[in-house]
Amino acid sequence: MKEVVPPISPATVIGNKKKKNRKIIQNWQLYLFILPTVLYFIIFKYIPMYGIQIAFKDYVPTLGFTGSEWVGFEHFTRFFNSYYFWDLIKNTLGISIYELAVGFPLPIILALLLNEVKDSVYKRTVQTVTYAPHFISVVVIAGMIIAFLSPTTGIINSFIQLLGFEPISFMSDPKWFKTVYVFSGVWQSTGWGTIIYLSALSGVDPQQHEAAIIDGATRLQRIFYINIPTIIPTMTILLIMNLGNIMAMGFEKILLLQNPLNKSASNVIATFVYETGLLDTQYSFAAAVGLFNAVINAALLITVNYIAKKTSETSLW
Amino acid sequence: MDINKINETKADKMFMGFVYFALTFALIVVLYPLIYIISASISDPAAVNSGEMWLWPKNVTLEGYRIILQNDAIWRGYIMTIFYTAFGTMINLVFTIPTAYALSRKDFYGRRIFTIMFVLTMFIDGGLIPTYLVVRNLGLIDTVWAMVLPNAVALWNIIITRVYFQSTIPRGLEEAATIDGASNFKLFIKIILPLSAPIIAVMALFYGVGHWNSYFNALIYLSDRSLYPLQLVLREILVLQEMSSNNLNMSGQVAEFLHSQQQLAAIIKYGVMIVSTLPIIAVYPFLQKYFVKGVMIGSIKE
Repeated sequence: MKEVVPPISPATVIGNKKKKNRKIIQNWQLYLFILPTVLYFIIFKYIPMYGIQIAFKDYVPTLGFTGSEWVGFEHFTRFFNSYYFWDLIKNTLGISIYELAVGFPLPIILALLLNEVKDSVYKRTVQTVTYAPHFISVVVIAGMIIAFLSPTTGIINSFIQLLGFEPISFMSDPKWFKTVYVFSGVWQSTGWGTIIYLSALSGVDPQQHEAAIIDGATRLQRIFYINIPTIIPTMTILLIMNLGNIMAMGFEKILLLQNPLNKSASNVIATFVYETGLLDTQYSFAAAVGLFNAVINAALLITVNYIAKKTSETSLW
Repeated sequence: MDINKINETKADKMFMGFVYFALTFALIVVLYPLIYIISASISDPAAVNSGEMWLWPKNVTLEGYRIILQNDAIWRGYIMTIFYTAFGTMINLVFTIPTAYALSRKDFYGRRIFTIMFVLTMFIDGGLIPTYLVVRNLGLIDTVWAMVLPNAVALWNIIITRVYFQSTIPRGLEEAATIDGASNFKLFIKIILPLSAPIIAVMALFYGVGHWNSYFNALIYLSDRSLYPLQLVLREILVLQEMSSNNLNMSGQVAEFLHSQQQLAAIIKYGVMIVSTLPIIAVYPFLQKYFVKGVMIGSIKE
């Protein structure tokens, strides 16, 4: 191997090294600029990463991450054999896939429709209004859901009764949970989700449309043959990111909407980790469950990215 | 004349009809709950509970707001949230802007290693439990630091800011300054910062809204009620109270507040939704433009 390497004279090596050293010395203040962030990442990201080892140990607070005793895969075996294991998987995947199936296409459709309307007061009004819910806190969203869906005083049930039906106990009936979760998310995020597609659509060359119009293409045809192909790379990237996140959905909202009556549908891995780890203080067991979730997520992300790379040339890396 | 109009067929006109119909539908679906909340917060509670009030306020009363404004827990939460938002955002900016600037400099030796070190955490993460234990071992539980340090910087925002610096700061600027003998520190304060007002505004809004709206860190790191941010107080009023009538987690103050006002409870809830979201609504017109800009910068491939 050594012969293949082009000969570098010792002088150049020293020259490069000197240049590098000079660059470091000259810019020493830039290292001060970045120092707080480096410390942040070490303390709040890398030390917890080191702490993952407690998933294979029996964590005792006084002994710390390193001092606690190794137990191997005990926590994982316990989790896999528990009666709630499949329920957790089913709920986690069920909510995510439902959310993806409904929540992924809607911003695309809305963006394509908005793109057809020329810039006007009307268009800007629709955008301003549909972006707004993005800024409402998850606690207020949960409060709205609970208030609107109340079987006795909620406005939704008032409408249902007006149409002559029986009121529905949305929040205490497990079979409604996923729908409530998904559609409240649609209400909150569809508008905001259009921004990235609208920005991709603004990159379409107007001449393409002009040529198509002269050739007699209808609006619908131009959407299908010009606009949609333009946003396919954006769609692919977002789909990969969504699929790679399928085990880690908006658990903060689920936690707020969860109650003992709907728990059979709302108990997902993330809320389970919170409950067993922080409320029941079974740190090691909860860390093991969290690690399992993270590993599945990473595996999914890598797989989906691989498939995307093979089939469409668009991928995250 | 608009080229779209030249060959507009009947099918096109019908299609545009559908477009306007669909957009109006989306507009109404999003707008209706927002109007309803505002109307409900100032209506007669009986009309709200019975469903009689469904769009515009009925028998306008400000009783709900009067009770909200008299509540100590809400005031306290409000003050704490303002503090966490101001202090937290300040820390965020001090971490994010200089870091992003250093990473944007081509002559910064080690930028690749630092970038890899940061980006790696997007894929591998300690997870909830180890992170919690680190925060606890540092003695941050039940201190204001728990509300600002664990989220001192967000990687995504560093990336956006770096892209901004790379695309707006002229290349020759640093060299010229270095030749003039200005240190990096001086260069940053005197030249870079004044040029980066737009990105500082975007970042302040991104982080600020995040602090204002977050509840989860407070939920896991704070048990001292006097430190509760507004969102945790809201959680008690809007969520816990509704979920079970005798919740042990609720403070006496909040429980009493809702209990003694059984009749008014509904409109109080809508009122607190408004009161807590008001500051964000107030800056929303500016917010929207900057946020959209931020999302756009973020979508540029680095």
